[in-house]
Amino acid sequence: MIEIRDLVVRRDGRAVLTIDRLRIERGEVLAVLGPNGAGKTTLLLVLARLLAPERGRVTFQSPTGPITSDLEHRRRISVVMQDPLLLDRSVFDNVAAGLRFRHLAPDVVRRRTEAWLAKLSITHLKDRPGLKLSGGEAQRVALARAFVLEPELLLLDEPFSSLDAGTRQALSAELKRLLAETHTTTVFITHDPAEVRDLATRSLWLDDGRLVSHPA
Amino acid sequence: MVRRARAVRLTLHPGVSRRVNEVFSITVLSLEVSGLATILSLLVGLPLGTVLALGRFRGRAALLSVINTGMGLPPVVVGLAIAMLLWRSGPLGDLRLIYTPWAIILAQWVIAAPVVTGLTAVALQQLDPRLQLQLLGLGASVPHMVLALWREARLPLIAALIAGFGSVISEVGASMMVGGNIRGQTRVLTTAIVLETGKGEFERALALGGLLLLLTFLINLALTLIQQRGARQRGRT
Repeated sequence: MIEIRDLVVRRDGRAVLTIDRLRIERGEVLAVLGPNGAGKTTLLLVLARLLAPERGRVTFQSPTGPITSDLEHRRRISVVMQDPLLLDRSVFDNVAAGLRFRHLAPDVVRRRTEAWLAKLSITHLKDRPGLKLSGGEAQRVALARAFVLEPELLLLDEPFSSLDAGTRQALSAELKRLLAETHTTTVFITHDPAEVRDLATRSLWLDDGRLVSHPA
Repeated sequence: MVRRARAVRLTLHPGVSRRVNEVFSITVLSLEVSGLATILSLLVGLPLGTVLALGRFRGRAALLSVINTGMGLPPVVVGLAIAMLLWRSGPLGDLRLIYTPWAIILAQWVIAAPVVTGLTAVALQQLDPRLQLQLLGLGASVPHMVLALWREARLPLIAALIAGFGSVISEVGASMMVGGNIRGQTRVLTTAIVLETGKGEFERALALGGLLLLLTFLINLALTLIQQRGARQRGRT
C-alpha cells in the first residue's frame, strides 16, 4: 500500500534517516520503536509528505487512483502528534477542521463530526474551547479529528506519551477498539512495549536513522 | 474618497461658524488618510509578515532586520524621502501627487507598513511551529493553513493593526512635508495643531489636540473591544 525505497533524509549535512526498502500493507498496524533521536518522527513526517527526503521516494498506492500531489497525498492520511495541538476553537470545530479543509458539505461535516464525537465519548465537550481541556480529553479530540477523516493511512507520533498511566491505558484500549472497527492502516511511534503488544500487527526498530530489524 | 472628505459640509443652524465646518473637514480627512494608509499597510504587512515568519529563505534575517529598523523610522525622514520622490523634478513628479492627500497616504503607508509587517511576523512566530505541520497533516492546503494561523494569532494581529494606526494618526513630520498643510486640501489634525501653536493660538491647538486624542481613543477602544472579545472567548471554559 505504501512503500519507501532508497530513502535518505539529511539534516545539517548528516544523514538522519536511511531506509533502503520498507513496505506497509493495507490494514497493518506498524509500531516503530527506537531511542530518542533515532529518526522515528522523521520517518513519520516523510510518510506524511511533510518532509521532503534528499533522495528516494515514498509511493502510496491508493485504491481510489494514482496520487499526484503532496496535498492529495496528505488528504488521504491523518496525523496525530505527541501533543494534541488543538486550535483555539470549540471541540466541534477542531474535529470538523480537516473535513472543512476538504470543502465537504456542511451537513456532511456535521453528521460525521457528531458521529466521531460520540464514538470517542466527547459529545458533551463539543462546545468547550479546545484549549481548555485536560490532557486526556484533548488527546481524545485529536483522535476524533484524525479518525473523522476516514484516512487510508493513520500516523501517530507517541500520542499518549504525555498522559498519566491510567488515561494512557484507557486511550490505548479506545484506540485498539477503533482500529479493529475501522481496519485503518496505521503507523505509530511508541516507547511503550504494552502498546506494541496491544495494538501492533508488526513492529520495527530504528537506531541512528537505520532500520535495525523488521520481519518481512 | 479624499475629495469627498474635503467636500463635506455640515448643515447646521445659522449660528454655527465656518470654523466648525473646517474642523470637521480636517477631522474627516485625518481619519480617511490614516485609515486608508493603515488598510494599505495591512494589505502589504500581513502577507509579508507571514512570509517572514513562516518562510525559510536566504536573506530572511536581513529582511527582518530591515523591517525591524523600519518600525522606528522617523516620520520626517520618510517625509523627506517621499517629498524628493514626488517633487515636481523628482522621479515621480509627473504624477503631481506632492501636496495632495495621496502624498500623505503614501508617506503614512511607508511609516505603518513596517510596523504591521514586523508585528505580524512576531505574532505568528509565537505560535507553536508544529501547528503548521499538524494543519498540513490534516489536509490543509497552504492558504488554509495560513488562514488558520492568522485566526490563531488574531489577538496580536489586532494589536499590530492598532499599532499601525497609532503610528500614523499621530505623526506630523511627514504629513507636513509632503502635504504642505494646505487649508481645505491637505490640512490634517496634527498639522493644524502645529499651525495653531505657531500662531500662538494655544486654546485652538489644545482643542484640536483633545479632539485627536479622543478620536484615537475611540478607534483604539473599538479595536481593543474586538480584541478582548476574542480573548474572553479564548478564556471561557
